[in-house]
Amino acid sequence: MSFIGLNEIRSGIKLIIDNDPCVVVDNVFVKPGKGQAFNRLKFRNLKTGRVIERTYKSGDSIQTADVVEIDAQFLYGDGNEWHFMAIETFEQYGVHETEVADAKLWLKEQSECKITLWNNTPILIDPPTFVFLKVVETDPGLKGDTSGGGSKPAKLETGAVVRVPLFIQEEEVLKIDTRTGEYVSRAKE
Amino acid sequence: MSWQPSASINNLRERAQILKKIRGFFASRDVLEVETPLLCSTSVTAPHILSIPAFLQSGKSKIHYLQTSPEYAMKRLLAAGSGSIYQITKAFRLDEKGLLHNPEFTMLEWYRLNFNHHDLMDEMDELLQLVLNTKAAERKSYAEIFTDYLNINPHSVSVAELKKIAEQNNIQVVASITDRDTWLQLLLSHYIEPQLGKDTPCFIYDFPASQAALARLQPDNPDVASRFEVYVKGIELANGFHELQNAGEQRKRFENDRIERKTLNQPDMPIDELFLSALTHGLPDCSGVALGLDRLAMLATGSGKIEDVLSFDFERI
Repeated sequence: MSFIGLNEIRSGIKLIIDNDPCVVVDNVFVKPGKGQAFNRLKFRNLKTGRVIERTYKSGDSIQTADVVEIDAQFLYGDGNEWHFMAIETFEQYGVHETEVADAKLWLKEQSECKITLWNNTPILIDPPTFVFLKVVETDPGLKGDTSGGGSKPAKLETGAVVRVPLFIQEEEVLKIDTRTGEYVSRAKE
Repeated sequence: MSWQPSASINNLRERAQILKKIRGFFASRDVLEVETPLLCSTSVTAPHILSIPAFLQSGKSKIHYLQTSPEYAMKRLLAAGSGSIYQITKAFRLDEKGLLHNPEFTMLEWYRLNFNHHDLMDEMDELLQLVLNTKAAERKSYAEIFTDYLNINPHSVSVAELKKIAEQNNIQVVASITDRDTWLQLLLSHYIEPQLGKDTPCFIYDFPASQAALARLQPDNPDVASRFEVYVKGIELANGFHELQNAGEQRKRFENDRIERKTLNQPDMPIDELFLSALTHGLPDCSGVALGLDRLAMLATGSGKIEDVLSFDFERI
């Protein structure tokens, strides 16, 4: 168990706060000329994604978290757990379906992703920023309408539903931005 | 680590212009420029200001310090009959680094004979107008500021109430704070300060006696000290006093500081007896103020970080 002084904490450092792993977003030193020195620490809880701000005395310290991010491949889901393999070590990790959260909307078998491990246990699955997924269901396209004037829902092979332009047809492969869940373009052939 | 300066050459040019303006300002008012030592055999007792130790002689274990402020030395000059004086000097503080802090920084400090703290605020306002092109400053008492922003009387509010107000304003504090002054400073720095001095500089005056530092208490209201601070665009820029002249009272405050340092687990600091001897000899009636020159340069150049106006910040030395 190791600790780090508030004065030494920089953004990006991983800490354990309220028993959860967190990543520091910002750490601002606040000192009235004649008064107690404080640090205003802004951090994101890696499990919940919530960003929280707290004030500490500058002399205090906080426990660091053993958190690493690895490249992995999604193997398969068995209805209960999703299974991933670390690309470098071939080590396999099972993640309960509820913990895969939003990532499962964008991952198909063989997809690459990033896994955040805390004490070697996965806590976060991040899909790539852009994924290429096939449309499995959408209303018939309006041929020739490439003006982008309207949109309609389209269901993708992973089950995610996104808004797409009217000219998109079933079986087409689309580029999707996973940060916003928005259609970007047709995949280039 | 980069060998290059942290400030742009343009900002350094602007900094030089500021220094020139300041020297012109005081020359035209017949205020004498002085220099006092950076190395001192003892330093401040103030509980939240830590000094950087230094060794002067090889083989000797006597610790000296880099000064945290030129205040004691300048008051010795005043007691010796210097008349009104100013100084632009480096000062050093342990563990202070951040957007507005560098362990080594530049201070403008000046003392004016026969000025009370309101006279000195007037003069500082003129200096700010000259350097920052600001409009005339607004001036509010410490009590008014806390009434305006938080609807509390800072001189009588309870610790429990202050704690509740912090929570209500979404300030989560992970530390046990049991004294009123620290809570007041926390609310001032976290909540009020960022809103101060947006359009014109804002002076806050008449601090609680418990935060008097080296200011005299007001004879008609001993709960209040003749101390002021000035804020510009949410930045604490300067701190001034109608100076305490009473050597006995000053010694008592120093002794209290040392007791508080002990409770805070901070290294003890011997009292500066040379300074107290000067007070005993007699400090003329005067007011003095210390201004963070780097912060002034930040405001003049529109910089968000102190390193933007320093040739080399502490990460490049």
